Amino acid sequence: MSPRTLFEKVWSAHEVVPQTADTPAVLYIDLHLTHEVTTPQAYTVLRSRGLKVRRPDRTFATMDHSTPTETAQVFGGIPIKDASAARQVAQLESNCAEFGIELLNLQDPRRGIVHIVGPELGLTQPGSTIVCGDSHTSTHGAFGALAFGIGTTEVGHVLATQCLLQRKPKTHAINVHGQLGRGVTAKDLVLAIIRQVGVSGGTGSVFEFRGPTIAQLSMEERMTICNMAIEAGAKAGMIAPDETTFAYLKGRARAPSGAAWDAAVAHWRTFCTDEGAVFDQQTDIDASQLVPMITYGTHPGMSVDIDAKIPVTQGDAVFDKALSYMGLSPGQTLKGQPVQVVFLGSCTNARLSDLRAAAAVIKGRRVAAGVQFLVVPGSQSVKAQAEAEGLDQIFLAAGAEWRESGCSMCLGMNGDLVARGAYCVSTSNRNFEGRQGVGARTLLASPITAAAAAVAGCVSDPRDFLP
Amino acid sequence: MQPIELIQSRTVVLASTNIDTDQIIPARFLTTTSREGLGAHLFADWRYDSAGQPRADFVLNTPAAAGCEILVAGRNIGCGSSREHAPWALMDFGFKTIISTQIADIFRGNSLKNGLLPIVVDESTHEYLLAHPGIALKISIVDRTLTLPDGRNISFALENFARFCLLNGTDELGYLLSQSAQIEHFEKAHQS
Ligand code: SF4
Repeated sequence: MSPRTLFEKVWSAHEVVPQTADTPAVLYIDLHLTHEVTTPQAYTVLRSRGLKVRRPDRTFATMDHSTPTETAQVFGGIPIKDASAARQVAQLESNCAEFGIELLNLQDPRRGIVHIVGPELGLTQPGSTIVCGDSHTSTHGAFGALAFGIGTTEVGHVLATQCLLQRKPKTHAINVHGQLGRGVTAKDLVLAIIRQVGVSGGTGSVFEFRGPTIAQLSMEERMTICNMAIEAGAKAGMIAPDETTFAYLKGRARAPSGAAWDAAVAHWRTFCTDEGAVFDQQTDIDASQLVPMITYGTHPGMSVDIDAKIPVTQGDAVFDKALSYMGLSPGQTLKGQPVQVVFLGSCTNARLSDLRAAAAVIKGRRVAAGVQFLVVPGSQSVKAQAEAEGLDQIFLAAGAEWRESGCSMCLGMNGDLVARGAYCVSTSNRNFEGRQGVGARTLLASPITAAAAAVAGCVSDPRDFLP
Repeated sequence: MQPIELIQSRTVVLASTNIDTDQIIPARFLTTTSREGLGAHLFADWRYDSAGQPRADFVLNTPAAAGCEILVAGRNIGCGSSREHAPWALMDFGFKTIISTQIADIFRGNSLKNGLLPIVVDESTHEYLLAHPGIALKISIVDRTLTLPDGRNISFALENFARFCLLNGTDELGYLLSQSAQIEHFEKAHQS
């Protein structure tokens, strides 16, 4: 057999029926993750056609997008304020009960953001196909899975048949070499990749992040990178599994154990790109040249080095519109820009290592007057582990808010919103107009850059705050 | 899904670049559990002012937009969230096709599954369409062509299967269900 890429291996292992000129491939889905926002209409279709869920054992549900983050609401029995959000959560509960789907309900200690919970439980495994009605499903590609977001109609397809109709995408290798400098994180690296490839540069392709820099990253860092592959328009982002992957998965609740573990690892090792395999496209990145980054515009590709000036362009109406929305000027440095809100959370950067890194910056300091610093762990287990280490006390002592897990201010569906015109340094993944609230101005950055902004009250270079 | 062969309508031009699905329909409208009525929230933050009143200068609020079935968007549309509420809202408003230079993968797939035709055109056609808002176009799904008022035909890519589904109003679920013998075979072979 000719040499194949990681993507091609996973794809062909899941082809129920290969594609032809007239018909797309029927692709088998190993794991279907679901949440409250993108499933109700799919269950309605199932019900109206008298269909069952084909594989409840391969379907898993959590609630995260429209759920509250205030402890009194989550555990105090105070009903969800927004009536339609409450109805959506209730409908997820009744749909899961009716169709026999395992659900992590609001008070479950394992609940959290779907893309944080899957890996944490060991559901996310190398070489598998994973889908979810959510674009950041690309996160799971960090384990060498082919994982991508789907719409609600497709959620219905997977529920009913455990399969999807798909055209085979192209492949794009993102080769990263060079050591990341002090204070330069996986978030900065992926922002740099998006800046280089462009926000639609990945359309129609699956990225494989590879090279010595990627091999050195922890699983949590790899998840941050794959999480944002979609922000370059890619269908999915993948990283070949290795010892780091296996060490992460070993002993997790849903990972294989005993003799099955050894067999699984042997199988997982085959999921790598063969020597000599050909990608449709290649991009090279020298990580040693990077510094901490921050976005200044209204898509994740509009970013600058933390101490650089916002570019000056001539006659670019799109650029001008973005800057006017952001209330920023060409040629201005972002460093020193006052901020009103800092959000540490989301499926990009709300895992334990993210909270630890931010806490190291905050420790012994105070959140600047007039700044709201909202810390929302990615899952209840991240929250519990952080509390066991005393991270919550560090944040609280500094004047931050410490919440229950969920998507929260990443998209503001649950009422955690940024006010019109306010600036928010956010560790999430999208700075689109209105994403964090109508008129909100989002500056995407890493957890340490966010923490530095919280302390200084303005955009700051995290390297000045590192212990 | 309704079968659809031909779209004949004037265009509405929304020249913004990189229109993401958060703009097409903001997240606060996603708590719905139905797919009806979302047209009211289409482009909500561009269409209404902070008091909830329609902005007279926003193109979809102008009399010329009434009844138009063709949306010409700026370069690259549909990036971001996978929310299928975006095509639902566009269709509920009355659009049957979206034209741009690039259309994000998930949004494209979601659109086709609902009978909303995504059309990618070359730069020069796109520039022409942007510069001539309100022109009447004829779009043939049978021929995969778009006809300009001067009679010029521009072909666009549409895979055979998607074309078949649009022309026949076939939904993909029916097709997938017809593959159940193969699916069962696959599951047995993989002991899953
Ligand atoms: S944290 Fe944000 S990006 Fe991630 S799943 Fe939730 S809403 Fe989507």
